[in-house]
Amino acid sequence: MSNDKFISIEGIAKRYPNPAGGSTAVFEDLWLSMKRGEFSCVIGHSGCGKTTVLNILAGLDEPSEGAVIVDGQAIEGPSLDRAVIFQSHALLPWRTVMGNVAFAVSSKWRNWKAEQVREQAQKFIDLVGLTGSEHKRPSELSGGMKQRVGIARALSITPKMMLMDEPFSALDALTRGTLQDEVRRICLETGQTTFMITHDVDEAIYLADKIILMTNGPGAVLAEILENPLPKNRARIDIHRHPHYYGLRNHIIDFLVSRSKTFAQTVTGRDPRHVPVVRPALPEPAIINEPAA
Amino acid sequence: MANSLSIRAAVVSIALLLLFLGGWHIATRGTGPAANMSPEYARLMGATATQGKSAMPGPLDVGAKLWEHIKSPFYDKGPNDKGIGIQLGFSIARVLFGYVIAVAVAIPLGFLIGMSPLMSKALDPYIQILKPISPLAWMPLALYTIKDSNTSAIFVIFICALWPMLINTAFGVAAVRREWVNVARTLEVGTVRRAFTVILPAAAPTILTGMRISIGIAWLVIVAAEMLVGGTGIGYFVWNEWNNLSITNVIIAILVIGLVGMILDQILARFTRMVTFPE
Ligand SMILES: Nc1ncnc2c1ncn2[C@@H]1O[C@H](COP(=O)(O)OP(=O)(O)OP(=O)(O)O)[C@@H](O)[C@H]1O
Ligand SMILES: [Mg+2]
Repeated sequence: MSNDKFISIEGIAKRYPNPAGGSTAVFEDLWLSMKRGEFSCVIGHSGCGKTTVLNILAGLDEPSEGAVIVDGQAIEGPSLDRAVIFQSHALLPWRTVMGNVAFAVSSKWRNWKAEQVREQAQKFIDLVGLTGSEHKRPSELSGGMKQRVGIARALSITPKMMLMDEPFSALDALTRGTLQDEVRRICLETGQTTFMITHDVDEAIYLADKIILMTNGPGAVLAEILENPLPKNRARIDIHRHPHYYGLRNHIIDFLVSRSKTFAQTVTGRDPRHVPVVRPALPEPAIINEPAA
Repeated sequence: MANSLSIRAAVVSIALLLLFLGGWHIATRGTGPAANMSPEYARLMGATATQGKSAMPGPLDVGAKLWEHIKSPFYDKGPNDKGIGIQLGFSIARVLFGYVIAVAVAIPLGFLIGMSPLMSKALDPYIQILKPISPLAWMPLALYTIKDSNTSAIFVIFICALWPMLINTAFGVAAVRREWVNVARTLEVGTVRRAFTVILPAAAPTILTGMRISIGIAWLVIVAAEMLVGGTGIGYFVWNEWNNLSITNVIIAILVIGLVGMILDQILARFTRMVTFPE
């Protein structure tokens, strides 16, 4: 299929029945596409339905309506092609670091010999910098180390796509920075298509090619897709020196503070199939593709 | 700190034991020869009447008898006179037999109930009704249908050991963290492999706790069951010695029953610790 629409979310909705009868829609008629090798970040307030979208992409949850097409095929349940990094790292506590990664490797390559599985697992444990901790159990690891095991486990099956649900939100600033660097390096090296949820504006600016702004639920919609104007070779320590940095940052924060609440009521003539792509820059953000009328 | 605590606890334990043995000894010792009794009558009545001795054996009597049992635990002098080791062996064999069958039924069935909300709802009323029935209430029915008393005792053990394991397995399986199951799902792990690699290890501590409760109940029930069916076993031994009016042997049996129960419990406790994982 075309690289332009490696992943295509086509009109999905998620509704939960109300205890009193009827149903509440977390979101309705959601359309979004992602290119191969692209890093997309979703930002939105708590409870707007970010995890729900990610779970649908992962195949762990089913939309009430609509479909998701990955590489030309509709998603029917979870797949080894789409690795998930869970918010709570979700390591199996009775297995060691090696055991957790090897579990994923042996799930993908069922007839590999133990030696082969161990080798592949070791490669990714080394990649996330956990060499020497292979035989520790999750309870003996720090939060950052656990998250690294989760990353190693997701990468070890060489997925076509990575789905990350606030992977760094439980970490201290220093560890978070290091892991962001690592994830960015790995994603650039392996050309991963990545979908990530975050609450951290700077994290989104540093990592993402596209930042998707989601309004508050219930009935959340995608308000804008921001194209990251910062150069691809940006470094975490000096992104704030980039002339476009503050324009982008203020735009996102403005959205989170005020527009995310009022967007659904104030904006009319919105076409859910064509979310406006915006490239915020100096001095005012400019819309580079008008929503089709 | 912890060390000195266990030493102090041990001292208190031993002091309590000595206090108990001392009190027991004083309460049951003789009060000296009773006055003018014809020797023939005295021989007939035994020490209870002649020495003012209590009918209850003292700790020294029990100790002496216990030593006899320890010296030859496995003698066999006919159906009503077997060593306490042989009787214990019969009881343990029955308990293990019934228990193993109960494990073989309870764990797969518990998995089914825990994994399938339909089966859980469908089987719930049966479990609720069958669980509170005293295992001994099954005895007449078992004797009537199975006819063999030994098998009936095993059946009763099976029935009483079943429920705690079944309920704990179902609960443990149903309560496995969603995220661990989701990990397996995203890795496209099939149902069977998922059951063994994710659900079983995650539910193992709960299952083992159920198994520990079950072995305790089975050991409680075997004594009563053997009193009913008779023939062999530690329960029968207690009943037989009661009919012989050998309170000494009854006390020894009580002691031994407690010891074996503790050992069985400790074995299961060790297994439970082996499968428990820190989070
Ligand atoms: N099983 C459910 N039944 C009813 N409502 C649900 C259920 N699961 C989720 N929701 C609702 O769906 C909405 C979206 O939930 P979701 O977990 O996707 O939010 P989120 O954007 O990931 O939030 P956060 O940033 O806090 O993680 C919430 O308002 C929640 O109340
Ligand atoms: Mg969430």
